[in-house]
Amino acid sequence: MLEAFDPLLLARIQFAFTVSFHFIFPSFSIGLASYLMVLEALFLKTGRAVYDDLYRYWLKIFAVAFAMGVVSGIVMSYQFGTNWSVFSDRAGPVIGPLMAYEVLTAFFLEAGFLGVMLFGLNKVGRGLHFAATCAVAVGTFISAFWILSVNSWMQTPTGYEIAANGQFVPGPSWAAIIFNPSFPYRLVHTVIAAYLTTALVVGAVGAWHLLRDRANPAARTMFSMAMWMAALVGPAQILAGDAHGLNTLEHQPAKVMAMEGHYRSHPHGAPLILFGIPNSEEKRIDHAIEIPKLSSLILKHDPDAPLAGLDTIADDREPPVGIVFWSFRIMVGLGFGIVGLGLLSLAARLRGRLYEWRLLHRLALLFGPAGFVAVIAGWVTTEVGRQPWTVYGLLRTADSASPLAAPAVAGSLIAFAIVYLAVFGIGIWYIMKLMARPPRPGESAEAIEYGPIRSAGITPAAQGKKL
Amino acid sequence: MSAIDLTMVWAAIIAFAIAAYVVMDGFDLGIGILFPAFRVGGERDMAMNSIAPVWDGNETWLVLGGGGLLAAFPLAYAIILPALYAPLTAMLLGLVFRGVAFEFRWRDPAHRAFWDGAFCAGSALATFAQGITLGALLQGIAVRGRAYAGGWWDWLTPFSLLTGASLVVGYALLGACWLIWKTHGPIQQDARRFARPLMIALIVAIAAVSACTPFLENQYYRRWFDWPGLLVTAPVPLLVAATGLLLWRSIDGERDGRPFLLTLALFGLSMIGLAISIYPDVIPGRVTIWQAAAPERSQIFMLAGAAVLVPVILGYTAWAYWVFRGKVDETGYH
Repeated sequence: MLEAFDPLLLARIQFAFTVSFHFIFPSFSIGLASYLMVLEALFLKTGRAVYDDLYRYWLKIFAVAFAMGVVSGIVMSYQFGTNWSVFSDRAGPVIGPLMAYEVLTAFFLEAGFLGVMLFGLNKVGRGLHFAATCAVAVGTFISAFWILSVNSWMQTPTGYEIAANGQFVPGPSWAAIIFNPSFPYRLVHTVIAAYLTTALVVGAVGAWHLLRDRANPAARTMFSMAMWMAALVGPAQILAGDAHGLNTLEHQPAKVMAMEGHYRSHPHGAPLILFGIPNSEEKRIDHAIEIPKLSSLILKHDPDAPLAGLDTIADDREPPVGIVFWSFRIMVGLGFGIVGLGLLSLAARLRGRLYEWRLLHRLALLFGPAGFVAVIAGWVTTEVGRQPWTVYGLLRTADSASPLAAPAVAGSLIAFAIVYLAVFGIGIWYIMKLMARPPRPGESAEAIEYGPIRSAGITPAAQGKKL
Repeated sequence: MSAIDLTMVWAAIIAFAIAAYVVMDGFDLGIGILFPAFRVGGERDMAMNSIAPVWDGNETWLVLGGGGLLAAFPLAYAIILPALYAPLTAMLLGLVFRGVAFEFRWRDPAHRAFWDGAFCAGSALATFAQGITLGALLQGIAVRGRAYAGGWWDWLTPFSLLTGASLVVGYALLGACWLIWKTHGPIQQDARRFARPLMIALIVAIAAVSACTPFLENQYYRRWFDWPGLLVTAPVPLLVAATGLLLWRSIDGERDGRPFLLTLALFGLSMIGLAISIYPDVIPGRVTIWQAAAPERSQIFMLAGAAVLVPVILGYTAWAYWVFRGKVDETGYH
């Protein structure tokens, strides 16, 4: 029965599924590691217990999210080989070293200091513990640096040569490979997205507890910190996204055409299509609601600038328009929603009602998952928009796969789907349970009894040191 | 750079990463395999706590093994991974279950028994799959051009099942010896009790795998019994026997760290045997390390980093182990 499926399509679904699931956890843990670093720094600087309470409160959540990020990440490092062996063979000499650097500079750093961060509060001094927290936070950022460099190279490959055996091999300069044209933009846009995602989760948890007890000091602190992030970093993200879009227009115009829904070229200024239904048969947007000339104004900074459409691109070099068109609108819509939330919080702050305005708290709660949705939508936009290539313009997705048999790919896809949905579903449920518990001034003591080694385990050596 | 063969250097680094992985993750997978044998409550908590702070770092060596293979020997990565599709998928799913169990069992006391079961099953499955991977690699992989040319069940043979079972026994012994080192009281007694039969089983497994290997189609006996290979292969069985004897006597001995170190020595001897069998191929009988190697520019770029970073990593890994040194005690705060 399984032979009837197209193994290439199954392999693509499997990669999309495993990478999307994986991406959820780092997009949270990158931001949360930095948040923990800030909390511990504030505690060390001010000595205020509320920061330590918040640190321990979020540390338990971080531990669960990080474990899921690790195990789903190990899967990714093998997906390239099992399902995309031709891509691995041909692009390995260029992207392999970057991923090896990710392991050497980031994964070991995170994993090596995570144990001390989670279980070492009573074993090392607080300053050294803070150093471990910083190491983990820096590690998450370094990891993002390398893997986004790899991804960007696949989008805008530079600095390579093509060897006689068909492999992409490095040219004389590694900087030309690492700092390929889309990398700086993608790095900034993605890391800000991770910070915003975390801020929205922290804000939602703060709001949830403010709705129950608006006097809870830890809930007030986290809500205020999160709303500052939304208000300040939200608009910065719009600017970063705009710059990233202009960069994409320069290097991957077909992707922008799909995002904009521009099937036709517009020689005298292109309209911005707000909504509509992409019709790939007729190559047009049905029921389009559009603002004349605005697309040219945004993309070319001139309302009358001509803008080419997908009619200038050969059919076998076009990305699927429908998915990219919609995912882009979801991302942008949520982005402006987040900015709106940030502005409302500023207004509430000015009027001194940040902790009293229940509508704002309900709105913040509603926006709790918005960052995740926006991140995945943005990821879909850029990855589906890269199609039909794995290495843009050079290696087709259809030519990248392993010599796959449908039953093997289908079988493993089903196994991944069942296990991921069950295990990570339960894990997310546990995280929500932790979040539902209000942060308390007694957080410090409670944390010791609640969890691995925190509940047990202290070495005679450490006991001796305390004496 | 022509004075040094960078391909050899990289083969050595990948071999080191795999060895480091076996040394470090072997015992924590082994504790997972033995987990149901420990009494619910304090014993299991203690076993878990003895590895909770370090398992994540241990598993990173597996990522370095996979990622390093892609970077340094992309052709080997592109052939081996599709050939071992099913066991590698099973390994990854096993690692998912055991990895999350570390946190989940504390989050949900009502279902702790389930996550303890997942911790054991995941550890055993991952180990078994790693052993199968080794056996499948030794028995030979079909290659045509630059791709795997075999079927989806080629890996499944009595020999690969034997190597799978052998690794389960070996990791379980490492786990038991780790607990002899890191615990005291009833759980340490249990660990000593488990170590003896596991040790006998491991020696039998090493002998069985060694007896089968020369007769696989890749004709390893040429490497083993021809000069100068014989120089290395001849003492190996003697060393295994001697190490086994020392290990047997150390299990009830005074020094709690010795059984673990001697078990590592057994693993080290087995790995030397494997290295003699496989070198200089990366896919035995099919692809040599030079055929699979990445170009020199990739090798140099990575070597610059690895030369600095691997010692640094070993340094802070050692520090993390040192922070959690000494015996684990489940009675700490109760």
